[in-house]
Amino acid sequence: MILLAWTAVKVGYALAFGLGLAGFLGWVERKQSAVAQDRIGANRAQIFGWRLIGLFHPIADGIKLITKEDFVPARALRPFHALAPALSLGCCLLCLAALPFGGTVEVFGRVWSLQPFESRVGLVYVLAFLALGVHGVVMAGYVSGSNYGLLGGLRGAAQMVAYEVCMAAILAAPMFLYGTLDLQEAVLAQGGYWGGWLPTWGVFRQPLAFVLYLVAGTAASKRIPFDLPEGEAEIVGYHVEYSGMKFGMFMISDFVENIVVCGLGATLFLGGWGIPFVSLAGAWGGLLMLASFAVKTCALLFLLMQVRWTLPRFRVDQLLDLGWKSVLPLALLNFLATVWGAWLWR
Amino acid sequence: MAMTVRPVSRPRRGLLEQSYLWEVARGLGVTFRHFFINLARHCLRLAGLRAEPGAVTIQYPDEPAVLGRRARTRHRLLRRPDGSPRCTACLLCETICPARCIRITAEESPDPAVEKRAKTFDIDLGMCVFCGHCVEACPVDAIHMDADQVELAAYSRGDMIWDMPALMRDTK
Ligand code: SF4
Ligand code: SF4
Repeated sequence: MILLAWTAVKVGYALAFGLGLAGFLGWVERKQSAVAQDRIGANRAQIFGWRLIGLFHPIADGIKLITKEDFVPARALRPFHALAPALSLGCCLLCLAALPFGGTVEVFGRVWSLQPFESRVGLVYVLAFLALGVHGVVMAGYVSGSNYGLLGGLRGAAQMVAYEVCMAAILAAPMFLYGTLDLQEAVLAQGGYWGGWLPTWGVFRQPLAFVLYLVAGTAASKRIPFDLPEGEAEIVGYHVEYSGMKFGMFMISDFVENIVVCGLGATLFLGGWGIPFVSLAGAWGGLLMLASFAVKTCALLFLLMQVRWTLPRFRVDQLLDLGWKSVLPLALLNFLATVWGAWLWR
Repeated sequence: MAMTVRPVSRPRRGLLEQSYLWEVARGLGVTFRHFFINLARHCLRLAGLRAEPGAVTIQYPDEPAVLGRRARTRHRLLRRPDGSPRCTACLLCETICPARCIRITAEESPDPAVEKRAKTFDIDLGMCVFCGHCVEACPVDAIHMDADQVELAAYSRGDMIWDMPALMRDTK
């Protein structure tokens, strides 16, 4: 009974983390771009004259999206038109469940795990649901009865499949070093120190894999510079026939996907919830774990957001070339080198 | 005239540029620099300290728009020294207007020195593309686009049509 309640609490935290951060990211996206481009950014939404540097804009956006007309074009396949955004959002919300927001803490004489879904194959689970998310994109493009949507869906399929393959190949090397597919154990495996001061984080053990992961992760979550399925300047993309909250769900699932990718990156490369030289125990340790994980995820999100406002969009062929001809071979080479290196070292 | 040829060499891309990562890092350097400098300026100003503004934004509806000296704005019909309109209803502006948004009807002028004058002179600002051709075409310099008014929105298409008294309202 207690276990069930605790699981519900953890799931609630994961959902709040994902959706809350997603809403916040909408604000970050506007303000960060504005500050980097010498502008002020959205600052008009106000409640009783309070503007709070535009923090009310996500709320205004939400109200707008919910109250907007939900238009379904005559040529769309109705049930699937409604299913696609749900599939998109559902898949990436499920990914959140396996992220280790914290380790295990002992409070009230019990051991509590802070990971909502403890699985021995957590990484495979996350990658699988990230990959399933592509169905929402393809379905949306296919059933909305619009050629632009279809183009977007096709691009999405080509791109996301390519980069899911890359993701798996890239993550093979660090997971080989950690010797597990369990995300919790992967965090524990990064708890050591080299020379007594440098934490054995994945980013120091596998720098190439980290860079490749950022590239593939951006592409798999279809963020700029790899936002070809959307490409609002040319085809508007797979959600061109969506309006109101259905469109909003696609937006949110984009952000949540981004959060999942960054959370996974923080877990596998930045030491997860661990804080170097701080031993975490008890209730305060648990809170520190949650905070540390959130800070690391946000740092990666900040970096990717800045990349988004720095680079122009790739062309389709360039994108696929980069994936199949550069990232994938490099990832496989990195894996081979890691395995041989580990064998020679032994 | 002899043609001159200036060879433009394509920038050579070495391994560093081709690998893309270095260039991405440089781009990030630029945007990060702007981000942090602007952020610091915003914070300093919020704290009430003297600092350069972190943004160049003009808060337009709250602050007036800044128009260039040569900005083409709403049309204005000019007057003669005696106060009558300068326009001789020659229809050159109506003819040249690419948007066909000027409508003039002419009438006999009481002044024997002037052949005719405009009875009505309507400009449909909803169709005008603000090209300025009408100003260029006018032989007697009767029409200018310097009323410095850019807020011309109206609630109906009919209200976008400005007639002669309106166009002459702010000319002495
Ligand atoms: S500015 Fe151009 S479009 Fe407008 S009235 Fe004059 S000629 Fe016509
Ligand atoms: S060109 Fe000048 S004079 Fe001729 S009708 Fe137009 S405003 Fe009048």
